Formats: sequence, C-alpha cells, structure tokens
Amino acid sequence: MRRLSLPCLACAAVLLANCTASRPPGGASAAGGDPQRGRMLVSQVGCGACHEIPGLRSARGLVGPPLLHMGRRTTIAGVLPNTPESMARWVQHPQAFVARNAMPEMGLSEAQARDVTAYLESLE
Amino acid sequence: MASAPFTPASPMGFWQTFGPRADPVTALNWGFSALSVAVVVIVTVLVVAGVVTRAQRGVTDMAGLAVSRPPGGMRWIYIGVALTFVALVASLIWTVAVLAAVNSPAGRPAVTLEVTGHQWWWEVAYDGGPGESFTTANEIHIPAGAPVEVKLKGADVIHSFWIPALTGKTDTIPGRTNLAWLQADRPGVYRGQCAEYCGEQHAHMALYVKADAPADFEAWRQGQLKPGAVPATPDAIAGQQVFFERCGACHTVRGTEAGGAVGPDLTHLMSRTTIAAGTLPNTVANLSGWIENPQALKPGAKMPATYVPPAQLAQLRAYLETLR
Ligand code: HEC
Ligand code: HEC
Ligand SMILES: [Cu+2]
Repeated sequence: MRRLSLPCLACAAVLLANCTASRPPGGASAAGGDPQRGRMLVSQVGCGACHEIPGLRSARGLVGPPLLHMGRRTTIAGVLPNTPESMARWVQHPQAFVARNAMPEMGLSEAQARDVTAYLESLE
Repeated sequence: MASAPFTPASPMGFWQTFGPRADPVTALNWGFSALSVAVVVIVTVLVVAGVVTRAQRGVTDMAGLAVSRPPGGMRWIYIGVALTFVALVASLIWTVAVLAAVNSPAGRPAVTLEVTGHQWWWEVAYDGGPGESFTTANEIHIPAGAPVEVKLKGADVIHSFWIPALTGKTDTIPGRTNLAWLQADRPGVYRGQCAEYCGEQHAHMALYVKADAPADFEAWRQGQLKPGAVPATPDAIAGQQVFFERCGACHTVRGTEAGGAVGPDLTHLMSRTTIAAGTLPNTVANLSGWIENPQALKPGAKMPATYVPPAQLAQLRAYLETLR
C-alpha cells in the first residue's frame, strides 16, 4: 500500500494536469458530477447486483454487462453515444432508451445521475 | 421512527452488551481476561526472579541441583498449587452462575419465537396461538425491555444463533430444540451471525434483531399478521401470475396460492431492510439483480438463477413492491 502511493500520486498529478488542459476549469468532470460521490452512490443503490464494476469488489452481478472501460467506450448499451449527457440520462431512465431491458429505473435525481456519470466516466 | 435507530458502535462486538442475557457474560469476559493476564505476569515475574537470584547466588553445579532440596524448598509449590486451585474453583463457580443467569427462564416470556437455521438464512416464526402466528425471515423484531424466548431448530446442518450484544451462542441442531433468551435494554438494531461453520455461504448468514418501543413492536406485529397485499395495477397483477409460476414453489406469500417452504416467506418482503440474510440492502437494484441471478451474489445459495425475461422482471418487481 505504502509503496504504491508515490506512483499513484504522480499519476493523479498527471491526470489532474490533463484535466485542466482538456476540460472546463473547476476540477469536476465535464458532467459536473463528483466521481467519489458517484462511487458511493453506485454501492448504495446496488448497481453491482447486476454489473461487475472494476475496482468495486462487492460489484459482482452477472445480469448486465460488466462496466469495463466505461470512460473509453463509444456507445452506451449500443444505442447511445457515450457522452456525459447521455450517460446521465441512461442511468436515470434506461427504460426510455431500450424498452423492457432488465435495468430498472432506480429513482436517481439529476445531481445523483451526474455523480454516477462522473464515476463511470472515470473507469478508464 | 423519526430518530435514527440506535446501533452498537461495533455491531458484532462482544465487549459491550445491551441486555440481561448478555451482560453477565461481559463481566465474565473481562474477569477471565484480567485473570489470564495476571497469571502470565505472575509466572513471568517468578521465573525471571528465580533465574536472577540463582545467578546471584552463583549456582553453577547444575548436575547437583536435581537431587538436592534445601529445607523449605517446597513452599513455592504449595503456594502455587493452592493459588491455582482457588482461582480455578472460583472461575468454575462464576461460569456456572453466569450460565444459570443467562439460560434460566424469565417467568412468562413477552414473546415466543421459533428460529430455524437453514443453509443460508434464518426462518423466524412468531407463535402467538391461533390467528396470531406468522412467519418471516432474517429480521427479528422484539419489544425492548421484555424477555423473549427463542426456540432454536436446525433444518439441514448445525448452525449457531449468535447476537453478541444480546445473547451468547446457541447451536441450532436438526432434530432437537434448543432454548435461548433475548432481552434488549433499549430500542435499537443488533446484528447477529451464524457462528457455526455450515457450508459455502456461512459468512453470508447474518440476521438482525430490531428492538422496538412496545407500541412500535405491536404495530409491526399487526402488519405482519396480515396476508399478502392484493395487487391492483395491471403490472402488479401480471407480476403475481409470474410469481405463482416461477417462485411460488419455493416461496410463500400468505393468503395466496404461493405456499413454497424452500426459501424465506415473502409475505412482507418490503418491510425488511436487507435480503439474502443480510447480504444486500433491500433496494430496487439489489432485489432485481438477486431475482435474476442470485448465484453471482451468493454462490451456492439454494435459489437458482431464474432467467425471468426482463419484461416479466419489471412486472414481478411491481408485485413484490406491494408486499409491504
Ligand atoms: C437489474 C439489473 C440491473 C441493475 C440493478 C443495473 N443495471 Fe445497468 N444494465 C443492466 C442491463 C441488463 C444492461 C444492458 C442493457 C442493454 O444493453 O440494453 C445494463 C446496461 C448498463 C450500462 C451500459 C453498459 C454498456 O455496456 O453499454 C451502464 C453504463 C449501466 N447499465 C449502468 C448502471 C448503473 C450505474 C446502475 C446503478 C445505478 C445500473 N446499471 C443498475 C442491468 C442492470
Ligand atoms: C428453488 C427454490 C427457489 C425458487 C424457484 C425461487 N427462490 Fe427465492 N429464495 C430461495 C432460497 C433458498 C432463498 C434464500 C437464499 C439465501 O439467503 O441463502 C431465496 C431468497 C429469496 C429472496 C430474499 C428474501 C429475503 O428476505 O432474504 C427473494 C426476494 C427471493 N428469493 C425472490 C424470489 C423470486 C421473485 C423468485 C421467482 C422468480 C424466486 N425467489 C424463486 C429459493 C427459491
Ligand atoms: Cu453457519
């Protein structure tokens, strides 16, 4: 753990530098959400009951696809472009885009959807 | 339910207890720990002192020591044996007194319930006589401040019922009925756990004891006595049919044709805060994921992946959500 932390810090510094170069200032992601809060929400809501999520040990569901590399994919569920805007809408209203798919509407608020999006987009 | 429920700081901690069926054990725990530490310290001091004084006296002829016994040399042996004897007898008496205190009947119990250990969940039956009995799972409600009698049974293998803050471990053994008593001094949520290895998912076999204020307990009990809700929306009505076809062989919803006894009674599923014996919080997402594929979440659980088509999953959920 200790030994990892130095390279990690370096990584974080590089990432942060990248962020400020390519994204609007403010430190938050493009969708305006907080990835830390998003990660917590994903655990509380229970997305992991259906999805494997890298880095979340409790997320071991095998109902939907694993959320690998969500930040680098080009589509969501194969029907939406993978932009923060459409991701926020997908996690709020999956039924609106793919009728009768197994993913339920879980009552996420706008702000919660933005946080969850910021977290998913951070899954490189 | 306005204020947040009280929960002990460490939910599975046994150094702090909250009822007369566990408090004497806590005193015993501390007492025995102190005694054990004292024994180690005394023995260490004596050994070190013996070595040092012998070295100071300049004893070098080790061969001669074994047979020579200076007069009065047995004194320490007598003292040691006497002290040990007194300590052991005192511990025995204390232990027996504690066992008697935590196991003795408390007169008439306010509530009697029957808890059956299954691989890997707890069936909880409230026996209140005809028309006053019902069954639930994994969450035990009791009135705070009153003695509760728990009859313990085993359905398959040996499990052990353990609520560290309220009562010590008692095994649930197939073919016999063991007794435990519970009493919580104040309203709160006390976690329990199976304490006898019982197979693959032993670690995911938790239960919760919720001690309610007496009025809250009575309200909860009245709610649980009711049969399962009659669905009203088209989705929920369709969902009930799906339930009868796909789930009713293993699960009961009282008042309906679903009467299975393999899994937990789901008559008031939505009144529980967790599912699968404390494995997951009872949220829409967890419930949906569990129904579709419990094997990914609790591998080996006696509920198979159901392959319910997603359109029916939504209807099923609409029905389950009426089971408050
Ligand atoms: C009951 C199971 C279930 C739950 C709970 C669930 N999902 Fe899904 N999810 C699915 C399924 C099934 C799909 C595939 C849908 C499709 O492709 O049409 C999916 C697809 C997705 C996708 C697109 C993945 C891809 O490969 O394109 C994302 C992102 C996603 N879910 C995020 C979430 C988040 C975030 C949550 C929690 C707030 C969540 N899901 C909860 C079942 C679920
Ligand atoms: C073969 C028997 C079987 C079938 C069929 C079955 N279940 Fe189960 N179910 C179980 C068992 C056993 C458990 C307890 C699992 C555990 O916690 O280890 C369980 C647990 C559950 C739980 C968690 C209950 C709680 O309070 O912890 C829910 C909810 C549930 N099942 C719903 C369903 C639904 C809905 C269906 C139909 C689609 C279904 N089950 C079909 C056997 C079955
Ligand atoms: Cu066990």
